[in-house]
Amino acid sequence: MIAIPDNPTRGHLLRCGPGESIRDLKAHQALGGLKALRHALTMQPAAVVEEVRKATIRGRGGAGFPAGTKWSFLPKDNPKPRYLVINADEGEPGTFKDRYFLRQDPFALLEGIAISAFAIGAHAAYVYVRGEFVQEIRILEDAIDRMRKEGVLGRSVLESGFHLDIHVHPGAGAYICGEESALLESIEGKPGRPRNRPPFPAVAGLWGCPTIINNVETMACVRLVLLHGADAFLAMGQPKDGGPKIYGLSGHVKRPGLYEAPLGLTLRQLIYDLGGGTLDDRPIKGIIPGGSSTPVLGPDALDVAMDFDSIKAAGSMLGTAAATVFTEGTCPVAVLLRISRFYAHESCGQCTPCREGTGWLERVVESIEHGTGRPGDCDLLLSAAGQILGNTICALGDAAALPVISFVNRYRDDFEAHITGKRCPYGAA
Amino acid sequence: MSLAFSPDAERELERLVHRYPNRRAAVIPALILADREFGYLSREAMEYVAKRLEVPPSWVMGSATFYTMLRKRPTGKHHIQVCVNVACYLRGADRLGDHLKKRLGIGFGEVTTDGLFSLEGVQCLAACGTAPVLRVNDEYHEDMTIEKADALIESLRRAPEGAPSPGPGGGR
Repeated sequence: MIAIPDNPTRGHLLRCGPGESIRDLKAHQALGGLKALRHALTMQPAAVVEEVRKATIRGRGGAGFPAGTKWSFLPKDNPKPRYLVINADEGEPGTFKDRYFLRQDPFALLEGIAISAFAIGAHAAYVYVRGEFVQEIRILEDAIDRMRKEGVLGRSVLESGFHLDIHVHPGAGAYICGEESALLESIEGKPGRPRNRPPFPAVAGLWGCPTIINNVETMACVRLVLLHGADAFLAMGQPKDGGPKIYGLSGHVKRPGLYEAPLGLTLRQLIYDLGGGTLDDRPIKGIIPGGSSTPVLGPDALDVAMDFDSIKAAGSMLGTAAATVFTEGTCPVAVLLRISRFYAHESCGQCTPCREGTGWLERVVESIEHGTGRPGDCDLLLSAAGQILGNTICALGDAAALPVISFVNRYRDDFEAHITGKRCPYGAA
Repeated sequence: MSLAFSPDAERELERLVHRYPNRRAAVIPALILADREFGYLSREAMEYVAKRLEVPPSWVMGSATFYTMLRKRPTGKHHIQVCVNVACYLRGADRLGDHLKKRLGIGFGEVTTDGLFSLEGVQCLAACGTAPVLRVNDEYHEDMTIEKADALIESLRRAPEGAPSPGPGGGR
């Protein structure tokens, strides 16, 4: 079992505790900032890629795909410019870690971007930040300006001759733009409708050019790898899941927030040791372990380790390692309704199974919650969700279907009690 | 009456178009700018953006109508967004929303008759660790309670211009 860090609200990734920030380039440098970038610039780009590959950084956006492997998909012989795009369109309910970097530690993010752009040979990087983060965009743009003025960005990064511009691109309130190909459409000025693949963005991404899309936390990990070396980075985590990880905790817990620990903390450690337990010490009814699209787990899963493979074996997904907890006395149908309403609202409307199916899921869950559900509705939900699964261009369809399937299976008695009693037994509706 | 950007907005537009290899890519940031300048995106505002970016109006309207953050109708001077998604729901967002509706005498999607406030229920604002969360214009207000919401409304009422007083972050 992973040992609980002494001060889990701070660490390698979380350089700032709650309420603190590093918004000054000099303060960043005083803490070892720019060392990693300087070091990278003395290396061959391919050697930087190799170091990142050796560190097995599993992408922190939710899918866990190794960053170094992703970078290696760039075609060697394509004469078009290459782009690096950072996904800061944070929107998966339960997840709130990108905002930490944008707001409290922008230089760590920007330094990771500069290293990564150098490694993959990109001279322009776009950080796609959700539009609601107006203040965060301002903070990030100020930090970029500062770095440009100090010669850390621009024509010759730290006098290396490597040219890099970093731009911020604002989103405008569409969850789907967190999907990487929709995000590219959105930067191009279009509605965020996901693209069919292949071709993958590494081959034909932004404006048809080779493009790498990485998560904010992944960039912070890249900085750590170049600062400490791949071996030291690996030693901060588990052998298979490299490095430290930021965990999120929300819902019915005493101390919600962000925590840092190696991957593989158990849910019990996260909720009780770091989060101080549940509100009023009520027993847990459900845990959504990694963002609202990940299947809900019960209290029987408290000793499951939060790493990609263990959570999968328990029937869910690690996602963004942002757990949302609800305790006994909470109506699971009402919780699912919030989730289903969200995906119905955010479906881009491109694929019929998702556009129509998410609406059906929302309406059926809503009628059950409001006491107008009909016998057979649970099976209807499972069937409708099953017909979305795997039948859409992007993962939003699955993201809408999986919670429905897991909630109905886990809390079927609750759903049936709503239907037979013709009202919400929890009084939530 | 024909719309026109202020000098500040002109400078911002100039900065925007230089970020990208083509002008279409500036559509969304330019719409955000127009929304801010004109208060919301009327059909005329969308056409103005199209003209300034030298792209077909259909491209601009296609994007303007796709993205929910872009306002297609006027809001109050203080536009209050209440996150109603799961993490905020679990921390009392409905009670908070109901209280604001009662206090302001309007529902979600409505504006007070004096034009001072409008309310909207929105999806996840990505601040789940400090739920429940309100967003007033550009500012987040976290770890909200009924009492803090009341104080916020009062300070907004008193503030003649500019930003609300209680800072974001809820002290955390």
